[in-house]
Amino acid sequence: MDMSAFPLELPETDRPMVRFMNVTKSYGRLVVLDQLNLDIAAGEMVSIIGPSGSGKTTVLRMLMTLETINGGVIYVDGKPLTHMAKGGKLVPADERYLRMMRSSIGMCFQHFNLFPHMTALQNCMEGPVQVLGLSKQEARERSEELLSLVGMIAKKDQHPSRLSGGQQQRVAIARALAMRPKVMLFDEVTSALDPEVIGEVTNVIRKLVAEHNLTMLMVTHQMGFAHDISDRVCFFFGGKIEEQGPPDILFGAPQRDRTKQFLSAVKEAH
Amino acid sequence: MMFHWRWDFTYEILPRLMWATVNTLIAAGAGYAIALVLGLILALAQRTNWKPLTFVVREFVEFIRSTPLVLQIFFVFYVGPQFGVRLSPWTSGMIAIGLHYSAYLSEVYRAGIEAVPRGQWEACRALNMSTADTYLRIIIPQALPPSVAGMGNYLVGIFKDTPMLSVIGVAELMHTANAIGAENYRFLEPYTMVGVIFLAISLPTAGLVRLFEGWLRRKLGL
Ligand SMILES: Nc1ncnc2c1ncn2[C@@H]1O[C@H](COP(=O)(O)OP(=O)(O)O)[C@@H](O)[C@H]1O
Ligand SMILES: [Mg+2]
Repeated sequence: MDMSAFPLELPETDRPMVRFMNVTKSYGRLVVLDQLNLDIAAGEMVSIIGPSGSGKTTVLRMLMTLETINGGVIYVDGKPLTHMAKGGKLVPADERYLRMMRSSIGMCFQHFNLFPHMTALQNCMEGPVQVLGLSKQEARERSEELLSLVGMIAKKDQHPSRLSGGQQQRVAIARALAMRPKVMLFDEVTSALDPEVIGEVTNVIRKLVAEHNLTMLMVTHQMGFAHDISDRVCFFFGGKIEEQGPPDILFGAPQRDRTKQFLSAVKEAH
Repeated sequence: MMFHWRWDFTYEILPRLMWATVNTLIAAGAGYAIALVLGLILALAQRTNWKPLTFVVREFVEFIRSTPLVLQIFFVFYVGPQFGVRLSPWTSGMIAIGLHYSAYLSEVYRAGIEAVPRGQWEACRALNMSTADTYLRIIIPQALPPSVAGMGNYLVGIFKDTPMLSVIGVAELMHTANAIGAENYRFLEPYTMVGVIFLAISLPTAGLVRLFEGWLRRKLGL
């Protein structure tokens, strides 16, 4: 792989919060993402929609460094994430470098992944205390503030097994925010929820968009929600961005046939 | 009539058997402590990405599990000195039994760790936790409750295997019962009492392990 086409650092004048540059991901011979190029500006809310298996989750997992990539480079805040500079060249990042870079990114999962042996509050305090080195007192204040933000302060001493799916997901959002990431990733955070509690989670995300200057990348099946809150929507198909644009245009006047087909299929299902 | 049970003889040998019981418990306890710690190290070593290490550890575990404990005890005690490792029967015995059970316990731990959902590892990664914190604070606490039953089985197992140490002269219960029998030409009472003592300790232990498992789950809020 010739890395000379990739800068060691993005220039000040062209520095999105996240840049996927010719990123390729494959599992064996299955190419999941093919030469993906995607920029996300600071403070931007970008939604990813598309059929199952089109590579949406993989995009987030690569950015969270849960997956290694097979080609290209991901930059976060101008610095390479998947690679590091060594002797004037980009080489695959080692674990130490990843630990430094990963702190800019937070993620919420479809199945919450709360720590079952800890209360809601302990879940939120774990990262700030163990990773950021905050005192228990500071971590507790920060966590309680965030649990209030997501409307879970009354249940802060409950273990996840005593919480509903919607409540668990709200705690998971607070837990991720407690690390003060610059970029938040949401992977179908409402897909595992009963219909009547979806609103309590989407309302939290709406609040984040309205009141906080976070950069967000969200995979969702809820077209109405994506329409309401996104600055931009990307339609993925077969490991590529088939079409992207402002929500009014992508949902209101899609250009590509595949986008139209997908959107009408989704509409029919509802 | 040799099959006539003599209570007076039973009472007479009881103190010696009690001391031997203490020895047996010490041997089992020390062997188990070695096995608990070494087993965890073996289990974690098998999860590293360093191929030579995982290979050696896996072969070691396979070797231990495929050869008799008695052979391993003889090996440590009689072959050790040829390599300049001269150990007392007690030390050899506890090392051998500890090594032996560490192989089994490593499998228990491994299954316990593998039972923790992948999402837990990913959450740790997303929170940027170190590998040590991930294991110590998140994975092992969750791997423990499902492992307790298996760990308890091997606790009883190690206890029941201590008679094997009599072959190198460790004065545990079996060894003592043999000595009493040989001195008095009566084996009925000492052997019966050894059986009673083993039963009296094994049965409640299994129950206590189950109680401990329940307590642990509650303590961890699982
Ligand atoms: N660990 C894996 N091993 C092999 N194939 C995988 C793995 N993870 C995902 N895939 C494949 O990659 C493709 C994209 O997956 P994913 O990003 O999860 O899709 P989406 O989130 O859009 O439904 C799918 O075909 C999926 O089967
Ligand atoms: Mg997905």
